[in-house]
Amino acid sequence: MVVTSAPALPFRSRAAVGLGRTVRAASRRSGLGEGSVIGGRAALVADPALLARLGWWRRTTLVSGTNGKTTTNHLLAAALAAAEPGSSVAANLEGANMAPGVVAALAADPTAPLAALEVDERWLGHVLERLGPCAVVLLNLSRDQLDRTQEVRRVADGWRSALATLPTRHVVASADDPLVVWAAQRAANPVWVGTGAWWTQDAVGCPACAGRIRFAEGDSDGGWRCDDCGFARPARAVWIDGDDVVWADGRRVRLELTLPGRANAANAAMVLATVTADGAPPQQVAAALASVQEVAGRYRTTTVAGHRVRMLLAKNPAGWQEALQMLAPAVPVVTSINARIADGRDPSWLWDVPFEQLRGRFVVATGERRHDLAVRLAYAGVQHTTAQSLREAVQIATTPGSHGPGERPTGQVAADVIEHDPPVRTTTSLTVRVPDVELIANYTAFQDYLDDVGRHGSAEVPR
Amino acid sequence: MTAPHGDSRPAIVLLFPELLGTYGDGGNAVILAQRLRWRGIGCDVLTVGAGDAVPEGGTIYLLGGGEDGPQVQATRQLARSGAVHRAVEGGAVLFAVCAGMQIAGVTFPGTDGRPVDGLGLLDCTTERTDEPRAVGELWAEPVGAQTSLGSLTGFENHGGRTTPGPTAEILGTVRAGVGNGNGTEGVCATVGSGRAVGTYLHGPALARNPSLADRLLADALGTTLEPLPEVDAEADALRNERLAAVQAGHLDGVAHRTWRDRLLRRN
Repeated sequence: MVVTSAPALPFRSRAAVGLGRTVRAASRRSGLGEGSVIGGRAALVADPALLARLGWWRRTTLVSGTNGKTTTNHLLAAALAAAEPGSSVAANLEGANMAPGVVAALAADPTAPLAALEVDERWLGHVLERLGPCAVVLLNLSRDQLDRTQEVRRVADGWRSALATLPTRHVVASADDPLVVWAAQRAANPVWVGTGAWWTQDAVGCPACAGRIRFAEGDSDGGWRCDDCGFARPARAVWIDGDDVVWADGRRVRLELTLPGRANAANAAMVLATVTADGAPPQQVAAALASVQEVAGRYRTTTVAGHRVRMLLAKNPAGWQEALQMLAPAVPVVTSINARIADGRDPSWLWDVPFEQLRGRFVVATGERRHDLAVRLAYAGVQHTTAQSLREAVQIATTPGSHGPGERPTGQVAADVIEHDPPVRTTTSLTVRVPDVELIANYTAFQDYLDDVGRHGSAEVPR
Repeated sequence: MTAPHGDSRPAIVLLFPELLGTYGDGGNAVILAQRLRWRGIGCDVLTVGAGDAVPEGGTIYLLGGGEDGPQVQATRQLARSGAVHRAVEGGAVLFAVCAGMQIAGVTFPGTDGRPVDGLGLLDCTTERTDEPRAVGELWAEPVGAQTSLGSLTGFENHGGRTTPGPTAEILGTVRAGVGNGNGTEGVCATVGSGRAVGTYLHGPALARNPSLADRLLADALGTTLEPLPEVDAEADALRNERLAAVQAGHLDGVAHRTWRDRLLRRN
């Protein structure tokens, strides 16, 4: 049965949607926040079947993985809208990615025939079963939130059984992440995308036989293979070649993203593979991807006390590895670390992040766990200091030679002279000025900063 | 100043980080090596992967935390090799954290919960119990020969409960958190002319407890070490912040939680 418009909802579901909307509005009015999670939770209590009722008839694409879900979903929503002009796309662009957040996104756009939804990796089976999506995009699986998710392999096993039993037209999966390949292997017809492998610490044990997986050395494009059972990278349908995305059938398109970094190039390649699988022309999709400039505050440049601060989010070692690679040369860095429940309460993962790469820069550590970070930076040989607030951190970072109020800079390597007349990076669509400060924050630290600078509207912070 | 094995450079040996490195425990190797280099003592960090030969000439061997399956795999390999036993007998130091301490003991629970023989370097046995997993801040006050280490602080995350045997020295008594599970924390032993020290402290342990790092180095090198006031002032700031949070009752490691965070379950 092909359904192209929203079928009528039963009374109970309509009441649940209404309740969710009321709760959400109350939450927003009282300044609590976006309210999508709390509203979605209320609606699901009123009608536990609401997720399926709101979504089963749409052409839905789900995005899951440890890192890059929100960014990929923004790229996906833009690509779907461009591929089908005139069709609206329901999407949880703020990143609320468990069942309540997904319900809220669908309820907010009840007639949109398309849906782009990011789903928490532990919720994928649940949402998959209820929505019966056309496509699932599986990005990567690495360690996140140490004290909450004990074993990333358990997540991979959950995906594997869900994908084997619930047929999905397109399963688009990274070929360079052995855990993702293990999870997607039993899907009917997986589309393998070569995204490059840069974070391999969590995947050295073979998910098939517990043997040892070896990645080709010195080259992110060399594939991988298990020494013991021969489990290896599958043949890729799509991969990244320099600045281009290439299809095995010979098609090729230039990626001209506004978003920085190789991780975002990989995310874009996943979206290209997904949206073109249903016939959309690659050029048109690529142009839509280039138009995405920021993602729920990430990559946005804000102004704090006259200084341009670019905001990057990194939640775990794999994400930090990518964020460190995006930093503009020689710009001072502010890092903000919390360890609340949503972050994982144990920040010992800081020792798995290659902070040694920040040698030669000046780093200001802030956030509730700035002292954990300061000790890590000291042992990494990075010149640094601490600051109690983000604003103070930006002030210290932008004052060359300043040691900050009451702070003792340490570290074995002198900071380079801070470049205050920065070069300009040019992309096709717009010119991006290099920021005065790069801010990298983990999850709740980033949310705190967004609350400070405002989620919408002007990024200028009143003093 | 000489290493226990002639005049070669000290070597920090990080054992199987891909099996036993879940909680940033590899940081202990970075910390020990830096604390030597800052004192002008050159050293090497050797990372031993699963399946690689374990060197016998190490100065300090490190084992970290991990899951049941990898724990059994690591134990099998260490028992077969015997290199760590011989090195510790000859004067080297083993520092074993969490799952690492469990496998350095007499028995520990395997994947099915039944006891598996450990390395027998520490006099302790570990069992799985019905009690909830111990997750949160751990604070212990050192006892006996360990007293001069000062308060011990870290984050623990383990399901097993460890019973020190009759010959065991303990590292300290628990003031907050679970530790071994009977009010004590950690197990130490003199083995031949070497030392083995086990603990449930993550963080990593030596980032939060530099005096413990220097104790391990001093025991391994057979010498005393000069203080490192600059970096340890930063470690003290971290220790003070963590100990204050624990003393204020924030055992889950969360010091700041507003009503708004609670409502949004963001915290």
